[in-house]
Amino acid sequence: MIELENRQALGAEFQELAEFVLKAAKERGASAAEVGIDKGTGLSVEVRMGKVDKLQYHRDQGASLTVYFGHKKGFASSGDFSRKALEDTLDAACRIARYTAEDEFNGLADPELMAKNPLDLDLYHPWAINADQAIELALAAEGTARAYDARISNSEGASVDSYAGLGVYANSNGFNGLNSSTRHSLSCSVVAQENDAMQRDYWYTTSCVAEALESAESVGKEAARRTVRRLGSKPIATCEVPVLYAPELARGLIGHLVSALSGASQYRKASFLLDSVGKQIFPEFLQLRECPHIPRALGSRTWDAEGVATQEREIILDGKVQGYFLGSYSARKLGLATTGNAGGSSNLLLSHTGASFQDLLQAMGRGLLVTELIGSGINMITGDYSRGAAGFWVENGELQYPVEEITIASNLKDMYLGIQGIGTDVDQRGSIQTGSILVNRMIVAGQ
Amino acid sequence: MQDAMAYARAEFLTPSGLNESALDKVFAELLSKDTTLADLYFQAARYESWGLEEGIVKSGSYSIERGVGVRSVCGEQTGFAYSDEISLQALLESARAARAISRAGQSAKVQAWKAQMPTRHLYGLSDPLASLSESDKIDLLHRMDTKARAASPYVKQVMASLVAVHEIILIVDEQGRMTADVRPLVRTNVSVIVERNGQTESASSGGGGRFDLDYFINNHRADEFAEEAVRQALVNLDAQAAPAGAMTVVLGSGWPGVLLHEAIGHGLEGDFNRKGTSAFSGRIGEQVASKGITVVDDGTLEKRRGSLTVDDEGTETQCTTLIEDGILKGYMMDRQNAALMGTQSTGNGRRQSYSHLTMPRMTNTYMRAGEYDPAEIIASVEKGVYAVNFSGGQVDITSGKFVFSASEAYLIENGKATRPLKNATLIGNGPDVLTRVSMIGNDLALDTGIGVCGKDGQSVPVGVGQPTLRVDGLTVGGTAA
Repeated sequence: MIELENRQALGAEFQELAEFVLKAAKERGASAAEVGIDKGTGLSVEVRMGKVDKLQYHRDQGASLTVYFGHKKGFASSGDFSRKALEDTLDAACRIARYTAEDEFNGLADPELMAKNPLDLDLYHPWAINADQAIELALAAEGTARAYDARISNSEGASVDSYAGLGVYANSNGFNGLNSSTRHSLSCSVVAQENDAMQRDYWYTTSCVAEALESAESVGKEAARRTVRRLGSKPIATCEVPVLYAPELARGLIGHLVSALSGASQYRKASFLLDSVGKQIFPEFLQLRECPHIPRALGSRTWDAEGVATQEREIILDGKVQGYFLGSYSARKLGLATTGNAGGSSNLLLSHTGASFQDLLQAMGRGLLVTELIGSGINMITGDYSRGAAGFWVENGELQYPVEEITIASNLKDMYLGIQGIGTDVDQRGSIQTGSILVNRMIVAGQ
Repeated sequence: MQDAMAYARAEFLTPSGLNESALDKVFAELLSKDTTLADLYFQAARYESWGLEEGIVKSGSYSIERGVGVRSVCGEQTGFAYSDEISLQALLESARAARAISRAGQSAKVQAWKAQMPTRHLYGLSDPLASLSESDKIDLLHRMDTKARAASPYVKQVMASLVAVHEIILIVDEQGRMTADVRPLVRTNVSVIVERNGQTESASSGGGGRFDLDYFINNHRADEFAEEAVRQALVNLDAQAAPAGAMTVVLGSGWPGVLLHEAIGHGLEGDFNRKGTSAFSGRIGEQVASKGITVVDDGTLEKRRGSLTVDDEGTETQCTTLIEDGILKGYMMDRQNAALMGTQSTGNGRRQSYSHLTMPRMTNTYMRAGEYDPAEIIASVEKGVYAVNFSGGQVDITSGKFVFSASEAYLIENGKATRPLKNATLIGNGPDVLTRVSMIGNDLALDTGIGVCGKDGQSVPVGVGQPTLRVDGLTVGGTAA
């Protein structure tokens, strides 16, 4: 079992340490302070070609301290939790704060916004597994993948990971909250060969509850299926066609939206969606909701990185922007209220248009199904988008052959408005949950 | 002057009472009869960073990372554990966990402990965090802000950062070798946002290496970075849609060497080749590049960002020839993969920190110069793209497909670089892209010291370089017909 020993006592000890740090900060003349204390433990096993490849034990801990002297701020962190080390770290933060400038927007979030009643989000479920059992599971995944097709010639291996962590966040406005969570995953990656060409692909499953993971056999089979179907990939001629993003990649399109709507991009005027609240940036059928309180979900949280209570809200309603992702700093810069997004977004749920993956292929008719993207290639200021891709050429709503060594390009503003359908095939392996997304047209560059 | 070993002993061994008999005990737990390699990796790193935005230094941070990683390798199998506490007790626990990889019950022992002294040092021992006073660091950031704003009235935002790292490393291995290294690393970056007639663009520039912070003040390096960021951002304001499709591409010298890093570098790392998962596996001796092309991975360049006196396994770095006159010559190796492939480590065993496992990684990867004047190369192209600067890249080492994204590029029309082009990703096939190189410039340059390489979730600092190159047939991911 990968578990934090004496978790209750450890939590209490960390909350007490946090109070110690806050008090020590006050003694040093700080007008405000905040502290995060985290500890985690984990097991990671990797097998390759039917044998154990790596066995790793993780044990991480860190304390991060922020002090404010009026509107001046300093930050320091350390992995040593002895009171002496924490005091040294605090001194380092105070030293930094002597040299940073007055910034009137600096400071803790308003005390009345602090989360009052922590919800039980049911995120802590240690996995009753030891190293030998984890190895067995990984071997089962890889074994299934290698047996799937004679063309599976090699393997990058299969791995099982289990992690349990605990964290405290406290600030001098009286907030002192304790969180704990687990995360487990099983993944497999194999290589297929035909003639001289090799292809690899992978599949994984992840959850905070081991019982919710896909079976090892199903992960292995899906990894193999995805790998074999890439054999015979070739470039296509340059063309302008609709592009269907598979769910695991569609998530990225929403990720770019989160960046563009983040408070930092907005106040820096470094966003292609500047001042976009109330504006129609998607078709009317599209809704995006932030739901921070879903039990057992990967992005669930009662409070954000500043202790502010998170709440369910609309991000996109009928295609129009309803709000940004703000922490207290960016909120003050923009003259708005924090949205409880210090540290990022929580769970984001995209609506679907009732279409299955097959329906979307049919709707696309002739075009490109994208199953892999490489490189960054996005200009967040202009929205210009150009990325390496691999996938399948589609005619009459049916996959024809695998495609590689191509790029897909457009501008995110046009892509968002050009969304024609969103699938019911939701990928639940991340905090952003969406089905496949069909974009009306993009430039595909090839031979 | 103290040597690195004295620093390391004082940092890790003396305060924890870790004498030779304590190390004997740890290795007695760690080693068994079938252990092929084992090591302890002690690391103490101090990081300091400062950030300027909107004309003021808004943020600063200081952090300490300290711990020891314990590894036991039996052939292909690796056991690993680490601790942020440096004590005999913690080492014994980690050693027991790491040794679980071994099936043999009998233990083994180290014959004798011996401090290894590297034959040369590529950087100094001094602490870069202390190389400028706090107020001088703040002044440096303001100076970059002022320079950038003075360079153009269209500059709306300037973000500048300054980072200094000082690391002390001690590696103790199963052969009794004890190797120490003290590593400085500094980096600065300037990002600007420009706005003209309601149109906005951005660009950034920066550099660094294994030296003191005054490098940025001497020879006006910081000023140059600020001016360069503004210049690039202004060029991008005039950029038009890049073409789409396969065409002739001229790559500028220096940082565009990210081509080599992605297209061939990763594919020549020992682990992928030992496992046979790289598009380059089993191809030593084959022609993989045009004649005249020689590519090396060189960890021995003084004070460069990607350089190391010794790698993270205590092996002295070297200049490894990867491709010589177009022929594939060798792979980059760490100890484990070298042993499994019956060869020697090339000093490419690297790790992000004590809590990460060692892998074969690049250091400074570059192509040697050819004979053409860069102007002559551009003049030779009737229609194509001249890509001068890039923002990064990625590769699928198995299919060999790689991308890198141009952040400053121009259309070439009738032998002349003309209109600037919007950012576009370029995609190619690693094993044959270098066979499409038809002209090699005489202007080899290394990057300014900005590279970060990611692999398996681990980041390490690297360098790249190349002369101007003409590549016939790279796919450009623009939006124009």
